[in-house]
Amino acid sequence: MKAKEISGNPLHGLWALTNRELKKWYKEPIVLFVSIIQPVIWMSLFGKSMNINAIFTTNLPPNMPPQLADEIMNKTFGTNDYFSFMAVGMLSFVTLFTTMFSGMSIVWDRRLGFLNKVLSTPVARGVIIFSKILSATIRSLVQASIVLIFAFMLGLKTGTNFTPINILGVYAVLFMLCMGLSALFLMIGIRSTRWETQMAVVNLLNLPLMFTSNVFFPTSMMPNWLQPIANVNPITYTTDAIRQLLIYQTNINQLIFDFAYLTMFTAAIASISIILAWKYLSK
Amino acid sequence: MVEKIIEAKGLTKVFNRNLTAVDHVTFEVEKGEIYGFLGPNGAGKTTTINMLITVLKPTEGTATVCGYDIVKDANMVRRSVGVVPQEYTADEDLTGYENIILCADLYGLPREISKKRALELLDLVQLTEFKDKKVETYSGGMRRRLELACGLINRPRVLFLDEPTLGLDVQTRANIWEYIKLLKKEYDMTLFMTTHYLEEADELCDRIAIIDHGKILVVGSPENLKNRLGGDIITLSVNEKEDISSLIEKIENVKEIKRTNGEYRIKVKDGELTAPLIIETLRRKEIKVTRLSLSKPTLNEVYLEYTGKSMRDQEESVEDFRVRRIALRRARRR
Repeated sequence: MKAKEISGNPLHGLWALTNRELKKWYKEPIVLFVSIIQPVIWMSLFGKSMNINAIFTTNLPPNMPPQLADEIMNKTFGTNDYFSFMAVGMLSFVTLFTTMFSGMSIVWDRRLGFLNKVLSTPVARGVIIFSKILSATIRSLVQASIVLIFAFMLGLKTGTNFTPINILGVYAVLFMLCMGLSALFLMIGIRSTRWETQMAVVNLLNLPLMFTSNVFFPTSMMPNWLQPIANVNPITYTTDAIRQLLIYQTNINQLIFDFAYLTMFTAAIASISIILAWKYLSK
Repeated sequence: MVEKIIEAKGLTKVFNRNLTAVDHVTFEVEKGEIYGFLGPNGAGKTTTINMLITVLKPTEGTATVCGYDIVKDANMVRRSVGVVPQEYTADEDLTGYENIILCADLYGLPREISKKRALELLDLVQLTEFKDKKVETYSGGMRRRLELACGLINRPRVLFLDEPTLGLDVQTRANIWEYIKLLKKEYDMTLFMTTHYLEEADELCDRIAIIDHGKILVVGSPENLKNRLGGDIITLSVNEKEDISSLIEKIENVKEIKRTNGEYRIKVKDGELTAPLIIETLRRKEIKVTRLSLSKPTLNEVYLEYTGKSMRDQEESVEDFRVRRIALRRARRR
């Protein structure tokens, strides 16, 4: 290769590899349709079928004041509308499920020889991993946007000091979570040559990650042994930050803390996965 | 002096501390030649290629490719070589053109150069017509050609071909051979290839290294290797009832002669030259040659001589392997 053709950019190939993953998604009408419709189905079925408000309003003893129901809801969930509470949780839920499969693609690339081919080109090892993180992040954010739009359409009740600028904050928080989670799942897949193993590990992790967070239920009401787990789960912090931004009376200090925690989690996991890529991609 | 493109010294790869895939292999590849590693499955051919293209790190020993050390200057090696892997690595969900552009991007080529080259290479391997079709619709031969084109996008000085015709039918295989020869001529490259097909090594390679159990057993040109076996066989019948062995024995290049049922089996060097000589000598003695056949030793005999086993026994397992791989690929399309 002639000298002038050598790219000095250490990130060359990043977009090419990211776009390769994305094309599998946006160029396949069925895959694209399912990935768009799925969060909508979750949102409308899950969010609306679990009508927790009704527990208190319909079952309230006749001699109790009707405001009591609102009072209990507010105390438990921080809002009197359970749909709003869980719609926000759905944003994290969608992210988790999309990023979960990012680790699968590296297992496939290894099995089909594509990984070896890429390794024989002058693409930086970290870029290979980073492209997978990036493509999963882009996919998740698109799906999360759809969830968000439907949440508003189905009647998400925003907090009193909500402004459209808060939406940007929501994206920043989700971006962090996507990066962190896809890096985590890639780390699991990096040495794996069997997709069955990867699938098993992912299935083992996803529901516990979901239920040890505040997506469906506030952590303060969880049993004592569960609370510490919920309190290290990054999904808890993501969901809390988005609730602060969208449906609660924003507590700035809490929001900053949530965001700082997420940033640390993501930075740590992403660095580890890129270091592992250096170490393990070449045997 | 001929320039050395690849120099390997004591190259060794041990997997999991006890499985020695490549065992202190030393060889040199000269500029402009087609150098072939011939050996059965599991002989260490692919492992050697993977070390040379910097995908695997050698456990011991070193090698230089285009003057760059495969460990210390790995990135420079990657820039100078092209790779056509054993597997079909093109992305099935993308078109042929998109796949080549993807390869170009992995080398960081500017878009205007990669577009021009992609079209040129697609034309060379005659896939222009199918360039906007998804690779999943391609036949095995088309895929191989696409892999060849991808391997050439960075104008490599040396191209590595790992089992370039594995699993292809005989016609497609011959077709791929033509493309390989064409590409070599067009781009003036050095080729390093592995194969377990004898015809392929015979047809394409300037020099062959026979490798088994991670060790190189012998190196030489196909002709040279065959000649070492003791030469060609001439089978002869004449209209003379008396034994004329002593007469033939005196002819130049004749090494060994055996007479069975009035037929002579003569082991000779340079059969094409010696056969007319025999006819001529016998005619002078007024003996008429009624029948003559000349057979050349095949690489299979060479192979048998050095590895102690026939190559033919191995092909079944390769087919099984392909069937499994295809099943796997189908499963991937979710």
